[in-house]
Amino acid sequence: MVEQELAAPEAGTEEQAARPRQNFYQRHESFLLGGSAVVITLAVWQAFWSAGKISPLFFSGPSAIAARFWDSLLHGQLLSDLEYSGANYAIGLVLAIFTGIVLGVIVGWYRRVEMILGPFLTALYATPRLAMMPLIIIWFGIEMKSKVFIVFLSAVFPVLINTIGGIRAIDRDLLRAARAFCASDWQIFTTLAIPGSVPYILTGIRQGVSLGLIGVVVGEMFGGSKGIGYIVNYGGQTFATDTVFMGVLIIAFAGIALTAVTERLERHFSRWRPER
Amino acid sequence: MVKLAIEHLTKRYWRGAREVLALSDVCLSVEDGEFLAIVGPSGCGKTTMLNIVAGLLPYEQGVVSIDGQCVQGPGIDRAVVFQHSSLLPWRTIAGNVRYGMELQKRFNKERMLERTEYFIKLVGLAGFERHYPSELSGGMQQRVNLARALAADPKVLLMDEPFAALDAQTREFMQAELLKIWAQAQKTVMFITHQINEAIYLADRVVVMSARPGRVKDVFRIPFGRPRTLHLKRDPQFLEIEDAIWQLVEEKPERIGMVV
Repeated sequence: MVEQELAAPEAGTEEQAARPRQNFYQRHESFLLGGSAVVITLAVWQAFWSAGKISPLFFSGPSAIAARFWDSLLHGQLLSDLEYSGANYAIGLVLAIFTGIVLGVIVGWYRRVEMILGPFLTALYATPRLAMMPLIIIWFGIEMKSKVFIVFLSAVFPVLINTIGGIRAIDRDLLRAARAFCASDWQIFTTLAIPGSVPYILTGIRQGVSLGLIGVVVGEMFGGSKGIGYIVNYGGQTFATDTVFMGVLIIAFAGIALTAVTERLERHFSRWRPER
Repeated sequence: MVKLAIEHLTKRYWRGAREVLALSDVCLSVEDGEFLAIVGPSGCGKTTMLNIVAGLLPYEQGVVSIDGQCVQGPGIDRAVVFQHSSLLPWRTIAGNVRYGMELQKRFNKERMLERTEYFIKLVGLAGFERHYPSELSGGMQQRVNLARALAADPKVLLMDEPFAALDAQTREFMQAELLKIWAQAQKTVMFITHQINEAIYLADRVVVMSARPGRVKDVFRIPFGRPRTLHLKRDPQFLEIEDAIWQLVEEKPERIGMVV
């Protein structure tokens, strides 16, 4: 009798293996369609640009942007600008993740702490943190410290709020089972609250990663004379549309790469979840 | 010898402004090594009673004792198998079976490893140690739940409608499996269910409870020897007992048969 029931999962895997093999196109359909769309868009754009139909005052072309990129990379300050922005971003983000998780665990676990800090967190969370940039410049000046701080301030809230939610969301059935096995509060904290909140924390980090990116770009637009945000801002003020596009594309690629890394991280930590 | 004794247990709780009498003067006892089943319509307080015995709910009137020791809160002398498998989704099967022992800190590392392996084998899940609960069927998850409870080596095993969420066929398999496992594990069991034939098939005695307030209506001694096979459910004497219990239960059959 047991065998019948246990045999079920194996039957499932056999079925999967028996599925007809897909050809090259079927296996890579999403990548091929998306890739072609990008290539065609670029080609059409370049064609209009080469034909002189696009005014460089308002827009730019792929070849001009690429040329600007090479030039800035080889002869300009681009590398040191990237380094500067990258450092601002990395320091701010790491501080935000660390603070967000530690504070979130404390606030989530102790109800009274949540009651006390609640109003402040809600108010700060609801405020667009970028609106505080002028104030941050008054506090920290226009150098690195203020950029790091705005990245921190942008990224810390999603991590914090999600961590609090994760610690709170202990499954009632699991809690009852743990209690029945004489679990202490500390055991419930370490075996249920912490592991249970990992997916929430990762969601918070993913949001923090993209909000932090906005933070570093906008932060560098306010004052200072370095960084990718500064390049975009300066390019705009001098009608150097190719420079603006170069900056925007660099930021876009950074965003895509960072999202891919965090998604990879999320997958790694949720192996136990049912496959969707 | 009496293992678990419940004497004059009365439990009230508040639902909004209304006071509900969940259990009224319940008296029953479970012998050492006995399999006791409790049946009754939903709302008869059988789960409340199990929660009190498990130490998860406080009680004000009456006495609940195991080996003469008054029950106050959860203890290592009891383990519960819940209706929902309540497994930690991020732990493997082996990790889940170990979980109860880990919390109770009764065994050292080597003993925990041995026992984990032994009880996984006992419930028929050898080879699934490193799977996650989401990869298992409902019936298999309940086996893990049972293994976790048995591995903690309780004196009394409390089972709260453990097969209620399973489909009819899996449920029958699991009943037969439970009897096999129980024969090997030698535990005192208090088994809550709303299925009358499940109770008769499994138990040495069946306690019938009535609803609102929950109290003991009658106790049936089940005369069949062991081991029992599923064919027993079609035995005329079995059906006779089933009929008698049906008539005792006040609620309409449709309501009781409903899976909660």
